[in-house]
Amino acid sequence: MGLAKRIIPCLDVTNGRVVKGINFVGLRDAGDPVEISRRYGDQGADELTFLDITASSDNRDLILRIIEEVAAQVFIPLTVGGGVRKVEDVRRLLNAGADKVSINTSAVQNPRLVADAADRYGSQCIVVAIDAKRVENGWEVFTHGGRQATGMDTVEWAKKLQSLGAGEILLTSMDKDGTRNGFDLALTRAVSDAVDVPVIASGGVGNLHHLVEGIVEGHADAVLAASIFHYGDYSILQAKGYMAEHGIEVRL
Amino acid sequence: MTDIAIVDYGMGNLRSVSKALEHVAPTASIVITDDPEVVRKAGRVVVPGQGAMPDCLRELDKRGLRSAVRYAAMSKPFLGICIGLQMLCDSSEEGNVEGLGIVTGTVRRFPSTSVADSSGLRFKVPHMGWNQVHQAIEHPLWKDIPSDARFYFVHSYYVETANPESTAATTNYPFSFTSAVAKDNIFAVQFHPEKSHDAGLTLLNNFVRWEPFQFQEGIVKSTRDLFPIQT
Repeated sequence: MGLAKRIIPCLDVTNGRVVKGINFVGLRDAGDPVEISRRYGDQGADELTFLDITASSDNRDLILRIIEEVAAQVFIPLTVGGGVRKVEDVRRLLNAGADKVSINTSAVQNPRLVADAADRYGSQCIVVAIDAKRVENGWEVFTHGGRQATGMDTVEWAKKLQSLGAGEILLTSMDKDGTRNGFDLALTRAVSDAVDVPVIASGGVGNLHHLVEGIVEGHADAVLAASIFHYGDYSILQAKGYMAEHGIEVRL
Repeated sequence: MTDIAIVDYGMGNLRSVSKALEHVAPTASIVITDDPEVVRKAGRVVVPGQGAMPDCLRELDKRGLRSAVRYAAMSKPFLGICIGLQMLCDSSEEGNVEGLGIVTGTVRRFPSTSVADSSGLRFKVPHMGWNQVHQAIEHPLWKDIPSDARFYFVHSYYVETANPESTAATTNYPFSFTSAVAKDNIFAVQFHPEKSHDAGLTLLNNFVRWEPFQFQEGIVKSTRDLFPIQT
């Protein structure tokens, strides 16, 4: 027995509400972030990830208030991402109660941000999110919520991020996200096997067996899912029970 | 008087620790402080910490907190968390620095090369997530917590204790390392109780009620002899 594989519910937050889109578009309201966080914590979620998808900068401070409120009530690790552009943004989120901050587009535009933030606050709290899309010889990194191609190879980018000081990689398959057809297992495995830091698989979970596949076939250290939990298809506890039945070590 | 002082040496998020302590001790006066006098006068002291140990020690010194932390570690219920455990040791491989020398031991890095388990899965560094904490001794801080309960870890360095008697718990990753240390009025853990849900809150609840001196008066005297206060 040893380290458990983690289940991480993801909450996309905009204007103070949790929403869920399909292939990065078409948002549906899924509830109050504090209430949902508390429920997931009680069900045995190993961590929570919040992605602030608020488009305008006017409402950026809303996420800080939400994190403050969640951090005072839910005592598990909290990761927050979305719109992180400067070391100062990292500081504000950590001070609000985030344990880790996730950087996506800005890491591509300014890799120094990853290094500076890791130097200042430690690698353990710097997660870099990669949105990857299958191309002819591998997977290409996309930014700006999946709208902009970078020409960069995902596996090479992941290795670079590790050398810059990223402590964890949140890997989302754009092809699979919202499809409920399961993770891109080849992508997950390629990245997880290429780096020493933990990799969180994301994008495509539609049933509990997909979670098992992400760990066993994708070699992921953690699995992230949103819709299967938000709409009550499955509880976190059911997911963990299923994973345990399939020989995966989980925290029950 | 401050009931619980959380020592702030400028290395990141102390809010989680503070919120979790407020949750288990709603009527206590809990302050996050970088004032050595507040630390010296507090009833209990918590030293959290994240980031790199050399930076933590430098920031501690910059604020004149080193002797106050040493004083607290000798004289009051003291809880070290993560780097707050590591800095109590003699030395660390991280930046080859000396620690406070209160716990006999060395801080070492997990081997980052591809150590694999029997199924070929690699042990990633940092050691991040929920792992089992195997209790090596009986202790008031373990009250109502089953041995092998899972706590949340995130670290790349671990404590190798030279004195096994101070080991309060061990954890496997992939080898057995010291995940908690107990010595007189000191309890220090590698994991994060403030992020470990029910098990973590139980440990913090035990800490805020812990009275190590009621039954250990003789030991306090010897601790003072071993570690004379430096000012």
